[in-house]
Amino acid sequence: MELYVFDGTFEGLLSAVFEMYQKKAGAVKLVSRAHFYPDAFQEVFEVISEDEKARRVWAGLSKKCGKEWMMHFYKAFLSEQGATFQDLLDFARYIFDQPEGAVENYGNPHVLAVSQMARKVHREKHRMEAFIRFQQTSDGIYYAHIEPDFNVLPLLIRHFRDRYADQKWIIYDLKRKYGLFYDLEKVEEITFEFSQEMSPALNALSQQLLDPKEELYTLLWKDYFRSVNIPSRKNMKLHIRHVPRRYWKYLSEKQA
Amino acid sequence: MYERIREKLGILADAAKYDVSCSSSGSNRKNENKGLGDATGMGICHSYTEDGRCVSLLKILLTNHCIYDCAFCVSRRSNDVKRAAFTVEEVVELTINFYRRNYIEGLFLSSGIFKNADYTMERLVRIVKKLRTEENFNGYIHLKTIPGASEELLKEAGLYADRMSINLEMPTENGLKLLAPEKSHEDVKKPLHFIQQNITQFSSEKALIKSTPKFVPAGQSTQMVIGATPESDQEILHTASAFYKDYSLKRVYYSGYVPISNDKRLPGIGSQVSMVRENRLYQADWLMRFYGFDVQEILDDANPHLDIEVDPKLGWALRNLEQFPVDVNTADYRMILRVPGIGVSSAKKIVQARKFGRLHRDQLVKIGISFNKAKHFIRFADSPFQLRDYESSHIRNIILSESKSKYLRTAHNQLSLF
Repeated sequence: MELYVFDGTFEGLLSAVFEMYQKKAGAVKLVSRAHFYPDAFQEVFEVISEDEKARRVWAGLSKKCGKEWMMHFYKAFLSEQGATFQDLLDFARYIFDQPEGAVENYGNPHVLAVSQMARKVHREKHRMEAFIRFQQTSDGIYYAHIEPDFNVLPLLIRHFRDRYADQKWIIYDLKRKYGLFYDLEKVEEITFEFSQEMSPALNALSQQLLDPKEELYTLLWKDYFRSVNIPSRKNMKLHIRHVPRRYWKYLSEKQA
Repeated sequence: MYERIREKLGILADAAKYDVSCSSSGSNRKNENKGLGDATGMGICHSYTEDGRCVSLLKILLTNHCIYDCAFCVSRRSNDVKRAAFTVEEVVELTINFYRRNYIEGLFLSSGIFKNADYTMERLVRIVKKLRTEENFNGYIHLKTIPGASEELLKEAGLYADRMSINLEMPTENGLKLLAPEKSHEDVKKPLHFIQQNITQFSSEKALIKSTPKFVPAGQSTQMVIGATPESDQEILHTASAFYKDYSLKRVYYSGYVPISNDKRLPGIGSQVSMVRENRLYQADWLMRFYGFDVQEILDDANPHLDIEVDPKLGWALRNLEQFPVDVNTADYRMILRVPGIGVSSAKKIVQARKFGRLHRDQLVKIGISFNKAKHFIRFADSPFQLRDYESSHIRNIILSESKSKYLRTAHNQLSLF
């Protein structure tokens, strides 16, 4: 078993696939540097991320699977899970070694693993589309921050750009310390240092940063949420299944 | 100012909450000219109430003043409740501002009837027209049709709404006559038919002339109140099936009656909402829409009620054991879909995966079928040798005893009564 260590980037992962084929490697264990603990007795191959190699692997995969599967591959990567990196490498090898159409083989463990992880990431993307709550700041930007389990920001760009084309917005990932900013023209990646007055609690921009009407709409939304409930049908188990507790801090309607 | 709008929202959201439709999917309204909103693709539930229902749209009444006196309705004329009415501007502003903050997918607008049908409908149309033409809003709009409104107003509404609906209220004409003597199913059929005709006409014109505007792109739906009147599940589902067929409805909703008055014709305040029954009806409805079942297969004169203990698909399989076991490696898709414990996406995966070799138990488990249920009805590559055929009551007991169903406790309690 050979041990490959890569830098955790998407290019890095694809480069690892390239190297594995070029070196005609046998079984390969793939680990990202963040998950890697050196072991004095094990020889390690350091994968260097190279755009050209990554591009060639990506193009090769595209020939073998359709658009939908390329998207599954990318989504599964965004899970940032060590086991999934391995699944992706094994998946790529399986796809390259089989005739076209092998992606349909859900009986294969790598195909299934990639498709299932892609689904999990997709589900969280969908949850972010639902649970993000913008607050309008005094300079007219709609701001929200989140802490998703997976790195789903790249998957959110299109949805929010298509939907909020006429307002400036920022979605910031506190966990990964970067965000998206839409300036009415394009979406850009941004990073910034949080100042002291910016509470780390979600949906808690300080009053002086907000538009004066923001308070009213938060209040109306909370009122609305309360009014539409039918107490005689109360079912907290179902409620929590749909809105897991870890997301409550995003949701203005769940705050006292 | 703050307080007045809060009070209105409280009253008019509260009065609208018994309408169960919350869907915001199935439209195709793209954001054009850098406007606000997009209603393509899947709908999104932005929150869930504490009773577990989806909050997707700002669901409100324009007013809860009403000239009718339907016994099952909170807004009925004779009910002593606070009354309120939004202005056109207030509804537009609430919708836009909730949408901009990502609270909602759009607007669900219904209304009590003040003065007459056209007077009310005309105001609803003004709101949706303003949203579309002045605010450049492309979010989802579900508009309730006011029974008796003129065809011109219906047609204009259809140019701005994504979905239109009109409630049947009670599953049968008799039930409705009992509780709402001023209404009839005929009043519902006429506008449903008119909108359906227009949908067909606009879409055939659209095929020829690209610039033809959209007309109710997400189709029509309706709702029935369940458990207020004594109809059987068979009557309910037959009504639903007929409306699906005759008016190409996208959805029929079933709303378990929540007692809101002490009217002698209705279940009293405090009686239990039949959530299990409601759930079984939705499962049966699902079988008709996605699993290719005919309503006759689900319920017949010998079985006029859905089984509370087992879901309708399992119920059907137990009554039709001669059609099983189904060999997942050879059976056609339609039959695999009929196996209890196999859903649409698993059935599709099975049909794709078996091209690469016969499927074994562990693969079926991983694909995600509900194996413990399905195993009684399928054969696969490594099926265990089976000596004798089980009877349906036996299979039913095994499945019930293994099930962790949320209904099991009640089911057992009921059994001990016999």
